[in-house]
Amino acid sequence: MVSVNTSGNSTGLIQVRGLDKTYKRGGEAIHVLQGLNLDVDKGDFVAFMGPSGSGKSTLLNLLGGLDVPTSGTISVAGDEITHMSSGKLTEWRARHVGFVFQMYNLVPVLTAFQNVELPLLLTSLSRSQRREHVEAALSIVGLPDRSRHFPRQLSGGQEQRVAIARAIVSDPTFLLCDEPTGDLDRKSADEIMALIEELVDKHNKTVLMVTHDPLVAARSHMTLHLEKGALVEGSKGRQDVSAGGAS
Amino acid sequence: MKFSALIFSNLFRKKVRLILTLGSFAVALFLFAFLAVVKDAFNRGGTVASANRLVTINRVSIIQPIPLSYRDKILRIPGVQRVTFDNWFGGVYQEEKNFFPQFVIDPENQRQVFSELLVSDDQWNAFLKDRQGAIAGAGTAKRFGWKVGDRIPIKNSIYGSDAWEFNLDGIYHGRTAQDDETQFWFQWDYFEERVPDRNKGQVGWYTVKLDSPDDAVRISKAIDDEFANSPYETKTETESAFAAGWVKQFGNIEFLILAIGSVVFFTLLLVTGNTMAISVRERTGELAILKAIGFKNGSILLFILAESLTIALIGGLAGLGLALAAIPVMGAALNGLLPNLIISKSMLATGIGFALLVGAASGILPGIGAMRLRVVEAFRKV
Repeated sequence: MVSVNTSGNSTGLIQVRGLDKTYKRGGEAIHVLQGLNLDVDKGDFVAFMGPSGSGKSTLLNLLGGLDVPTSGTISVAGDEITHMSSGKLTEWRARHVGFVFQMYNLVPVLTAFQNVELPLLLTSLSRSQRREHVEAALSIVGLPDRSRHFPRQLSGGQEQRVAIARAIVSDPTFLLCDEPTGDLDRKSADEIMALIEELVDKHNKTVLMVTHDPLVAARSHMTLHLEKGALVEGSKGRQDVSAGGAS
Repeated sequence: MKFSALIFSNLFRKKVRLILTLGSFAVALFLFAFLAVVKDAFNRGGTVASANRLVTINRVSIIQPIPLSYRDKILRIPGVQRVTFDNWFGGVYQEEKNFFPQFVIDPENQRQVFSELLVSDDQWNAFLKDRQGAIAGAGTAKRFGWKVGDRIPIKNSIYGSDAWEFNLDGIYHGRTAQDDETQFWFQWDYFEERVPDRNKGQVGWYTVKLDSPDDAVRISKAIDDEFANSPYETKTETESAFAAGWVKQFGNIEFLILAIGSVVFFTLLLVTGNTMAISVRERTGELAILKAIGFKNGSILLFILAESLTIALIGGLAGLGLALAAIPVMGAALNGLLPNLIISKSMLATGIGFALLVGAASGILPGIGAMRLRVVEAFRKV
C-alpha cells in the first residue's frame, strides 16, 4: 500500500522521512524537496507527476541512491541509504535498484544481450548462469529473438524493452522509471506500460515512475503530485489504494 | 575477462579514429626503434670495447701518425700484455659509394688483441703466408658477395691513385651480434712496400692489451709520460673513452636523438591524450549508466586505462614489428656508413615500456575525470 505518510509508524518496503533537498545556485538556496514523507510497499506501482522543476526527477535520484539528500532519511528493505558512503551506495544500487530512462541509455556498441548482461557482470554468476538470466529477462520483455541486435537495429519501443530487461535482470528490489514512455509514440508507450504492469502484476515488482503523461500515470496504483517540492495530492490509479495526507 | 566485450567494443566504436591512433603509436615506435639503433650503432665502439684495452694515438690528432718504434717501448711497461697497431687505409671498392673501413694490421698480434673477432686457423694461416692477403668482415663480404679466393681491388687516394689488389684469404665473424663485421684487414708488409717513403715506419694508432683493467690509468699515464716532449707525443685512453671521443666528432648524437625522441613522445602523448579525452567525453551518458547500475569508480578507471593501454600495446607492437622488418633494409641502404643496425631485445622491451607509459599517461586523466563524473549531472547534460 502506498501512503504519503506523516505518522512515521509505517513499515513499508521504502520509507522516506523528512526528505529535504536544497541546491545552491549563485548564493541562492533552491529548495527542491521539502520535508517529504512516503511509504511504498512491495508490489506497489507509484507514479509521480508534476510540472517541470517540481522535484520529480530529484526524488527519483534520491530514491535510487544517485544523489544524497540535504536532510531526512530513506530506508529500503531496512537499509538506511542516506548515510552510506559513495562506494557502499554503488554496491547497494547494483543489488536493489533497476533503472529505466526516457532515452533508454543503452550502450550502442553492445548487443541487446550484452546490454542486459551488464548488471550481472558485477555478480559472481558464471557465464552460463548469466546467459540463462539474460535470456529469461529478454523473454519477459518479448525480445528473445533480438539478443544479437545492436541498439541501432531496434525500434524505440524495442530499445526501451531492452532497457527494462537490463533493469530487471538482476532481480532488484524495485524499479525506478524516469519518463519511460517520454520518447515513444502512443502505441509503443502502451506496449511499454503493459509490460511494466505485467512486471508488477505477474512478477510482483515494485515500480516508482516519473511521468508527464496522465494516461500513463493512470495505469499506476497511485499517482502522487509534486508541486514546489512537496507531495500535495494523491490520486488512485487503476487499483484501490489508500493514501495518507500530504506533508 | 568478463569485461573484455565491454572494453573491446568501446575500442572499435570509431574505427577510423582507432586506426589513426594505432598509426600514431606505430609511427612513433618505429621512429623510436630507428633512433635507438642509430644511437646504438654510434655508441657500439664503447659498448663492445674491452675493459682491458687502451688506445694510443698522436696527441695532436688521430690523423697524425706515430712511429712504429714506439711499440717496443710500450711493451716494456709493466702490466702491458700485448701491443698491436693499425693504420687507416681509406679506400673504396670499385666506386665511391662502396665505402667500408680498411685497416692495415699487425698480423702477429691482431688476433690475440681483438679476440672477439673470430677467423678460422686455416684461413688465418693462409693470410699470414700471403703478402697480398686480406681478411674481410662477414658483413662486408656479404654486402659485396665476396668469397674466399676472390681478388679484391681497392682504390685509394691517400697513398696514390692506383688500385691495390688483395686476395681474400678469410672472413671473420664477431663473437656477438654487436661486434663490427664490416672491417677489411690486410698485411703491414704489403702496405710498407707500396706507400711513399714519407709514410714508411708510421702507424695510425696502437691498441694495448693489459694484464688487468685495474692498471688502465697507471699504464695510460706511463705511456704518455714515456713519449712526453718527443716530436710525437701521445694520448692514451681506454678503448671505450676513445670510441666515445670518436662519436663526439659527429656532434652530440645522443642529445640529438634524445631531443627528437622526446618531441615524438610528447607529441604522441598529446595526440593520444586528446583522443582518449574525446572518446570519454563522447560517452558521458554511457559511463553514467554504468555507474548508476553499480560499476564502481575504480572499475570505470580501469576500463579506460585498459582501452588506452590496449591501443598503445597494439600500435607499439605494430611499429616495432615494422622496424624489425625495415631496419635491416635501411642498414643495407646506408652502405656500411654505420656498423650493423641491430634491434636488441632490450630496445624492444624499452619500446613497449614507452608505449605502455604513454598509453597509461594518456588514459589516466580522462579516466580520473570519468571516475569523478557525478551520475545526476551527467544525465542532465545528456
